[in-house]
Amino acid sequence: MFTLRVNGQTQTYDGDPSMPLLWYLRDVLGLTGTKFGCGVAACGACTIHLDSDAVRSCQTPISDANGKSVTTIEGLDADGNHPLQKAWRALNVPQCGYCQAGQIMQAAAMLKETPHPTDDDIDNAMQGNICRCGTYQRIRAAIKEAAKGA
Amino acid sequence: MTKHLRDVPTSGIENLSRRYVLKGVAAAGGLVLAVRLLGISRTSADDASKFGAAGMPHGTVNDPRAFVSIAADGTVTIVCHRSEMGQGVRTGMPLILADELEADWSRVKVAQAPGDEVRFGNQDTDGSRSTRHFMKPMRQCGAAARMMLEAAAAKRWGVDVAEVEAKNHQVVHKTSGRALGYGDLAVEAGAMPVPASDKLRLKDPAQFRYIGKGGIDIIDGFDITTGRAKYGQDVRLPGQKYAVIARPPVLGGKVVSFDASQTMKVAGVAKVVQIAEPKIPSAFLPSGGVAVVADNTWAAIEGRKALKIEWDHGPHGAYESKSYRGALETTARQPGNVLRSEGDLDAGLAGAAKKIEAEYYIPHLAHATMEPPSATVRIRDGKVEAWTSVQSPQAAHDLLAKTLGVAPENVTVNVMLLGGGFGRKSKPDFAVEAGLVSKALDGAPVKVVWTREDDIHNGFYHTVSVERLEGGLDKDGKPVAWRHNSVAPTIMSIFAPDPKHEVPFEAGMGLVDMPFDVKNLRIENGAAEAHTKIGWFRSVSNVSHAFAIQSFAGELAAAAGQDQKEFILDLIGPARIVDAKNTTKDFWDYGENPDVYPIDTGRLRKVVELVTEKAGWGRKLPPGHGLGLAVHRSFVTYVAAVVEAAVDDKGNVTVPRVDIAIDCGPTVNPDRVRSQMEGAAIMGLSLAMKSEISFKDGKVLQSNFDDYEVLRINEAPGETHVHIAPHGYDVLPGGVGEPGVPPIAPALLNAIFVATGKRIRTLPLGDQLLKA
Repeated sequence: MFTLRVNGQTQTYDGDPSMPLLWYLRDVLGLTGTKFGCGVAACGACTIHLDSDAVRSCQTPISDANGKSVTTIEGLDADGNHPLQKAWRALNVPQCGYCQAGQIMQAAAMLKETPHPTDDDIDNAMQGNICRCGTYQRIRAAIKEAAKGA
Repeated sequence: MTKHLRDVPTSGIENLSRRYVLKGVAAAGGLVLAVRLLGISRTSADDASKFGAAGMPHGTVNDPRAFVSIAADGTVTIVCHRSEMGQGVRTGMPLILADELEADWSRVKVAQAPGDEVRFGNQDTDGSRSTRHFMKPMRQCGAAARMMLEAAAAKRWGVDVAEVEAKNHQVVHKTSGRALGYGDLAVEAGAMPVPASDKLRLKDPAQFRYIGKGGIDIIDGFDITTGRAKYGQDVRLPGQKYAVIARPPVLGGKVVSFDASQTMKVAGVAKVVQIAEPKIPSAFLPSGGVAVVADNTWAAIEGRKALKIEWDHGPHGAYESKSYRGALETTARQPGNVLRSEGDLDAGLAGAAKKIEAEYYIPHLAHATMEPPSATVRIRDGKVEAWTSVQSPQAAHDLLAKTLGVAPENVTVNVMLLGGGFGRKSKPDFAVEAGLVSKALDGAPVKVVWTREDDIHNGFYHTVSVERLEGGLDKDGKPVAWRHNSVAPTIMSIFAPDPKHEVPFEAGMGLVDMPFDVKNLRIENGAAEAHTKIGWFRSVSNVSHAFAIQSFAGELAAAAGQDQKEFILDLIGPARIVDAKNTTKDFWDYGENPDVYPIDTGRLRKVVELVTEKAGWGRKLPPGHGLGLAVHRSFVTYVAAVVEAAVDDKGNVTVPRVDIAIDCGPTVNPDRVRSQMEGAAIMGLSLAMKSEISFKDGKVLQSNFDDYEVLRINEAPGETHVHIAPHGYDVLPGGVGEPGVPPIAPALLNAIFVATGKRIRTLPLGDQLLKA
């Protein structure tokens, strides 16, 4: 039996301890904002926060989350108004949008550590997150926009 | 992409009595315009031509009752019948209608249409066609609804309709100033006759409130940034099962036998279902295989790992990319079918002061949409309902009906957001898989999930090609001879047994419609066999053709000792209309009327001039840097790109800057034109620098993003500048989704040549310049 907090709510789980958090979040809890992109931690679409760290939920067995706090895109901000979410909308960053929850979660973890990132900081922190539509230029700009308020 | 081909695997029979109530419209409550289903007026009926939208299955519909409803509270709901995959169509199409309707955009909601082309017109969201084909019918819908509201207000007030005017969500009586909101008038307006097409009063474009103005946010921005947006992969129904499928790894392969005993021991696995292999060519049908059905995706994936399957790989089990390239090269060096011939090529070459020849190779590519394919199907009481992210909802609908043996009116295809499309999701094979698995589960809801490995291994790949060019320059460096032999397996190979030549919609993508002003030219196409599924990939054959032609233009410029820009402008020649209709065999012109959408070299020249000016062509660059230029017309739009490449001492290539100029005629939502160009730069650089699908023993060698690489943020251009050629309505709108990609790779390679003196002719660049 595992106990974890997901977006502030306590959850218990007694299934396969090796099940990646990704599938627990999506298929068991119905939190589909966290996306499946590759399953091998190569694209970042499934990025969540485990305590305060950005992790790839597709490579994080649920057993690793026992006793920990999980934040998904749905729980990043109650009103959906995290500075990054606002900046993403202001600059119309998304195209298809599928990768953007992972991008925002990755960027949010970075901004906690580095409130005023340089271009290199952004590229280093974000290079694990693929966007096939190619929104990288706006992602950089939106992160800088969000950082202005910090 | 281009597809009138979807009827090949289906009967194409439509049941005209099919009815569907849009959930979004019903939920709006109140009202409404959208009530009567019979007698929907079709613009295609007015237009007997075979071109443009009228040439597409089910043409267009311009009846507002199919697209607009207005609730009592004034909320306007507009149906988007095209699939959203990032191009912005769910914002752009409704915006057109809202503008003509004089609706307040902040009071507009968007509902997504299910697959139902009888009601909505063609829904194949590919070929960069949405704005080009539906701007007019969407404007007509908006104007008709506006006039119905005006008629309702005039009737209520007992005044002549000429005395009233709809403006910004209300109808005003011009002399008295009385006003009625759209919500107040909705029911009465719905009872008004729909004005005939020739009686519609379209707005003067100068009066447009939204179209072409900018400042419009994407309609799904909030949902996307908060995780609320629902893609095909996100569908959840009560009692839903999850399935992953082990598919034959080789085209035409079959399951000989399988052992699922270990699979059934995996916790959560419920059932194993064999799916019959189709006859090859199989069009959009799934490949067959063995489906593992479980309580969640993870259990299904784990169960599939435990499957033991013996495969018969069939006739394509020896497909190997290296030897295949050799075969393409051999073919390219022989004469091919002549598709276009002008002047006397042999004499031109013989008399040339300088002769150059070059062969270019581009491998297969996978779309690798961030959302791998997925579909959910439930069958209840003989009715099939699907939820899926497809670019071709009607094709999915028809194929589900056919494969499940149900009447078309008993199938509903709900279109979810697409996490990327790029042509992959024009093929609804995954929706059919979900239907077949659901049927095997007595109709229980089941979601078929493709993993990334499934996507890379079982795709419909961009063709592979060898493009051979020969050119001759006279003593002044002027091109006097041009021969191009293009050799690539055709997309038709998924529809017909063993075709070996590019068909007009492939040759028409930048090959035969090559616009250069060269007196002696011959364009040929050699035979090539397909050994895997070939499909539409964003920009399709333009990718291969433009890569070769624009690289070769760069090579000729270098051989002539001339600046690329001046050379390419000379090559394009004076502003004129290229007589492609009469000089090329089966000039396709993207399905458009060549008289309406001619090849206009003036526009081609203009984007070259615009992009070079904005990019600072000729500016002083640091050592190891170079500027490269390419220009290409595709999807009846003109795009030129300047790429700045930087090559360091070790041979690493980076891209500090990209400039793209686009002339797509008038725009609807300029920000989405920009974003498409920004994305095209990334996709073009991905395929130029990193991506390759190759085969051995008939199987794809790559598996995931670790070996099928695409550009990441740290490899993205330092800056991308998009320059939209301003236009009024003197020309019709062109495509936007695809035309940005083709010039990027050759512009990069031309830049690398300037930076290093090395000419890259094999894609991707990979480590070709790296020094040991």
